[in-house]
Amino acid sequence: MDFTFNSAQAHAALTLMLTIRLFESKIESLFSSHIMHGTTHLAIGQEAVHAGVSPALDRGDWIVTTHRCHGHTLAKGASLKAAFAEFFGYSDGLAHGLGGSMHLVDVEHHNAGSSAVVGSGVPLATGMALQLKRKKSNQLVVAFFGDGASSRGAVHESMNIASVMSLPVLFLCEHNMYGMSACAKDMVSVEYISDRGNAYAIESTVVDGNDVEQVYKAVSDAAHYIRSTGKPYLLETRTYRFSGHSKSDKRVYRTREEEVAWLKRDPIEMLKQRMLQRTYIDEKDFEKLGQNIQCEIDNIVDEMIDHPRQLSIEEAFSYVYSSKEHGQL
Amino acid sequence: MKKISCREAIREALFEEMARDQDVVLIGEDLGCYGGCFQVTAGLIERFGTHQVIETPVSEEAIVGVAVGAAMMGMRPIVEIMYGDFSTLASDPLINHAAKMRFLSAGKLSVPLVYRTPMGSGTGAAAQHTQSLESVFTNIPGLKIVYPSTPYDLKGLLKSAVRDPDPVLFFEHKLYGVEDLIPEEEYLIEIGKGDIKRQGADVSIITYGKTVFTALEAARLLEADEISAEVLDVRTLRPLDTDLILQSVSKTGRAVVVHEAPTFGGFAGEIVATIVGDRRAFGALKVSVERVCGLEMPTPFNKHLELALPPSVERIVDTVTHMFTSSV
Repeated sequence: MDFTFNSAQAHAALTLMLTIRLFESKIESLFSSHIMHGTTHLAIGQEAVHAGVSPALDRGDWIVTTHRCHGHTLAKGASLKAAFAEFFGYSDGLAHGLGGSMHLVDVEHHNAGSSAVVGSGVPLATGMALQLKRKKSNQLVVAFFGDGASSRGAVHESMNIASVMSLPVLFLCEHNMYGMSACAKDMVSVEYISDRGNAYAIESTVVDGNDVEQVYKAVSDAAHYIRSTGKPYLLETRTYRFSGHSKSDKRVYRTREEEVAWLKRDPIEMLKQRMLQRTYIDEKDFEKLGQNIQCEIDNIVDEMIDHPRQLSIEEAFSYVYSSKEHGQL
Repeated sequence: MKKISCREAIREALFEEMARDQDVVLIGEDLGCYGGCFQVTAGLIERFGTHQVIETPVSEEAIVGVAVGAAMMGMRPIVEIMYGDFSTLASDPLINHAAKMRFLSAGKLSVPLVYRTPMGSGTGAAAQHTQSLESVFTNIPGLKIVYPSTPYDLKGLLKSAVRDPDPVLFFEHKLYGVEDLIPEEEYLIEIGKGDIKRQGADVSIITYGKTVFTALEAARLLEADEISAEVLDVRTLRPLDTDLILQSVSKTGRAVVVHEAPTFGGFAGEIVATIVGDRRAFGALKVSVERVCGLEMPTPFNKHLELALPPSVERIVDTVTHMFTSSV
């Protein structure tokens, strides 16, 4: 591989990936100790995709995420505080506590939020790109979707539309091998989802989704292609969901051996080893970095647990319609 | 005043709003040089070009999803779906996304979308091109639902729908050729306000869409029996003008609710509940509230059978007459 991060880029990526990992680990422990309610879908193991995509974009570029949206949201710039607050259902959360784990949104950082209907964010992203193009904007929109969503008609319809209308969409397939329990090899008709780009005359490629440098480079190239040609692009990232589908998943559909094999390709460990080799970092620095992030996370959560703040039902009504008189239709 | 058809009234509203604001954009299938399935958009692409008239592949779900996404970025899309029946395909972006975007973003994103589609039978197009599916959507907070009847209402309400910051489903009946007088000058009609199409003293016929015309004809025939029928066109289903309904029924003491969709689970049930749930209107009732709606059957192709399905003038007249002859 030709492309490598410089020291600052590598440190930024490592910090981001660790932050996402420790954020999600904290969420997992809060759910298992019944402090948080509802459900959550973790993406532990997929941090290289999150840290490789948004940092390679321009600040003005938009993303539309999925039900597995924590990493994307933090990588696009959301604060840990606002993200945790949303999980607690608090009024200072990203969606004021109205969305929860599956609906993290952060308009200030050009994160238009997620569709928790698998694949349904893709047409929304395509439409956002249509209006950006009409406005002669140089921004693009990233439509995240998984291998499961790749079977949705709306995803195929959107790729066809983006192609015939030449829209600045980066279709970003985060292939983590499983749609809930369904293994992609049993559910997806092609070995590589990126091959489907041909069907829609969309340029495409596939990269190792556990290698943050490769993801970053591929996204940079794709973004350059989209901006210079005005055409969409399909990028498949191959990764693996270490965690189960949701908090209640016992992972009966796959073997522990398979998991161990993938754990050897832990994206954080892969980057760390490279940074050690390049003497960007030593073991002590790494340990310290993890401790600092953990400390920040623990402090945020400890403060939050003791200070619940919630919207009133009247305040929640004010978000149903734009005009107040229609609030309680 | 000028004489204009329903089709022309909709087209005028589109024309005026598109000329006023370049972010008002038509999106849909075959609405360019073909002029749309019912010729409503004829001539618009020649005037506004492909910047404001966007023709799409046959992809109803993605078309509406694309419109939702574009609306989030400041477009004011007007999506045309050829037949209301295909709303099943568009239901995910409408129900799960358009209706919830403002809520899920705590007010930071909105979806100023208009979803135009024709509903109803009478065209010989059989079971998958003739339904009235409004009640599929009336139970969704976050959506506004308009179902006008006359050229005047179609134009004024469509212009308001385009300017509304929330998603508006704009259902059209298929009597596109029906003509009426409308003002020469620009006007808007507020969403959420019903209209008394005919004043009356003895019974309130409450309806919307195509059956407004059926109800007006029934009211004319009832005059011969010296029954003075009021015809109330609710025009908007959500928000519903409950004040106007209650006022009318409190005055007449009799109510018949009419629509083309089947009775069971139909929107008439909501109107009936509005009436009987109000102390004053309920107290004023001289006889039980009646519904005259579509039969519980997919629309048959056979013309004789198709015509038997929706509320007819005769069924309305019979129902009303019976309210006066039967002992309470």
